[in-house]
Amino acid sequence: MSQQTATVPVATTREAVTTRQRRPSPFSLEQVGAMTFLLVFVIYFLVPFFWLIVSSTKNAGDLFGTFGLWFSPNFNLWSNLQQLFTYNSGIYVRWLLNTLIYAGVGALLGTLLAAMAGYALAKYVFRGRDLIFSAVLGAILVPSTALALPLYLLMSKVGLTNTYWAVLLPSIVSPFGVYLSRIYAGASVPDELLEAARIDGAGEFRTFATVAMRLMVPALVTILLFQFVAIWNNYFLPLVMLSDQKLFPITVGLQTWNVTTGGANKFLYTLIIAGALVSSIPLLFGCIILQRFWRGGLGAGSVKG
Amino acid sequence: MDVKITSLDHAPPRTQRPSRTLRRVSFAPYLFILPFGVLFLLFFIVPIIYAIYQSLFRSERNGLGLGAATVNFNGLGNYVDVFHDPNFYAGVGRVLLYGIVQVPVMLGLSLLFALLLDSTVVRFKAFFRLAFFVPYAIPGIIAALLWGYLYDPSLSPIVKGFSSLGLGSPDFLGPQTVLWAIANIATWTWTGYNMLIIFAALQAIPGEIYESARIDGCSGWRVAWHIKIPLVAPALVLTCIFSIVGTLQLFAEPQVLSAISNNINSSYTPNFYAYYTAFGNNNYYYAAALSVVLALVTFVFSFGFLRVTQRQAGV
Repeated sequence: MSQQTATVPVATTREAVTTRQRRPSPFSLEQVGAMTFLLVFVIYFLVPFFWLIVSSTKNAGDLFGTFGLWFSPNFNLWSNLQQLFTYNSGIYVRWLLNTLIYAGVGALLGTLLAAMAGYALAKYVFRGRDLIFSAVLGAILVPSTALALPLYLLMSKVGLTNTYWAVLLPSIVSPFGVYLSRIYAGASVPDELLEAARIDGAGEFRTFATVAMRLMVPALVTILLFQFVAIWNNYFLPLVMLSDQKLFPITVGLQTWNVTTGGANKFLYTLIIAGALVSSIPLLFGCIILQRFWRGGLGAGSVKG
Repeated sequence: MDVKITSLDHAPPRTQRPSRTLRRVSFAPYLFILPFGVLFLLFFIVPIIYAIYQSLFRSERNGLGLGAATVNFNGLGNYVDVFHDPNFYAGVGRVLLYGIVQVPVMLGLSLLFALLLDSTVVRFKAFFRLAFFVPYAIPGIIAALLWGYLYDPSLSPIVKGFSSLGLGSPDFLGPQTVLWAIANIATWTWTGYNMLIIFAALQAIPGEIYESARIDGCSGWRVAWHIKIPLVAPALVLTCIFSIVGTLQLFAEPQVLSAISNNINSSYTPNFYAYYTAFGNNNYYYAAALSVVLALVTFVFSFGFLRVTQRQAGV
């Protein structure tokens, strides 16, 4: 049992106690049933990945000609990757960089703005506070894709469609981030500490930057990750806003390849598959490394403010 | 400015400083909110107002449709059309049917996984948590592409496997099945994410509660049912609201699968319909009305759900 308790430090004591008292035998019927159930779902969740990995090693002929869930005799991964990175003068690399810019810049700025707004909503009493918070809550409940069409029309009025700004600027706004940071600031930043900082003569912004921000770090990491993944995965907004291939993120780019497959373009299948695999690697690593960070802040979202 | 600062009550009674602090502080919250507020106004509030404004107009062509179209004020005419539009109703009905089945199945699985990973009967918890969560790292559109290949009879190892076993070839893209093929993609992508939110809430429950439950003779599933689930109800409400909003704006999956299935038309989901009305037919005014109605329907469902659960469970 030491194995599992080591990975879940929060629950260590609790689990150790319950284990000792109620589970003397290592393999009860209940345990076998639960493990079987979970293993079945592991297969469900991981088989598409396995298929993706297997398929990325095949050429177009083997992709259609051999059984999908096992490797074919010809190992074609390297030439697929080479083709992926050089096709159309390396447009795929450009898409990767675009995605990184949209998600990186958007999430960083968005988290900072959400932290400031959430902190103000939690720690000050001022006119219009409830109205602003209601608007933020309402915005969480409105589908962002419903905004994309009018946003496109507005952007085209000011000539911003088909630019980086058209995707980047709307991505910065994260009402859910404000909601999370308000709740977390309310729960984890003590008023006494802010008073102490003020009495010491720190300005309001310095108090926020040096005292409050530090205490809010777990929530800010959560917001940053949520927003990074949300922008990385966003498809509808860039689809609506962009027409120049050079500005596309991965999502829109791979889908444009997808609609042109077939006939003479059958080789595009191997490119899409290799492209899907490569594009999922950064987020996979991000999730694995940062999973332990955002558990702390995640719980905050479900606490009612 | 009715600013109330607790520090002033405790501060020594000096005549000059409090007023200066007060003035400085009174602007501070607005300055903190300003950057977010400006962008929120520009990219959330203004588009909503603009969509409502646009939805009141109509583009018309005279006679044979030659010459430039004129844009005329149409009042609420577009909304009357939306409410008489069988395509819109069919789309909304379809996503509602989808949501009634997919959301409970997905959240039921998420809750079950979270409870099992929080219990003592399961080993290798870190592995399971990661395996279930990993699909979240795949963008929805790429998940749809991936599953599209797994559904496509010419590529699918599932279809080939079934037929080589003599079980016939399942049609994932037929008129009755394609909706559930889409539901499967969403379930695959989001179950682990919702599991993690519920799991985080479970981990936040203080251990003493279990102590007292055990002293009262409560164990296993009874602890889960009577203690854990009520305590994570706010997390369930949150995941449910996200799922409702996500369901009503379904777009990427049907768009991708429409390339390989004949059973997905341009009004398959309301969002798909609005997109094609705008960019396929260039009818921005009607698309604006569709967007407004869709946003309202979504708001009514998600907000209604929030109200009902708050009243019922005091969540």
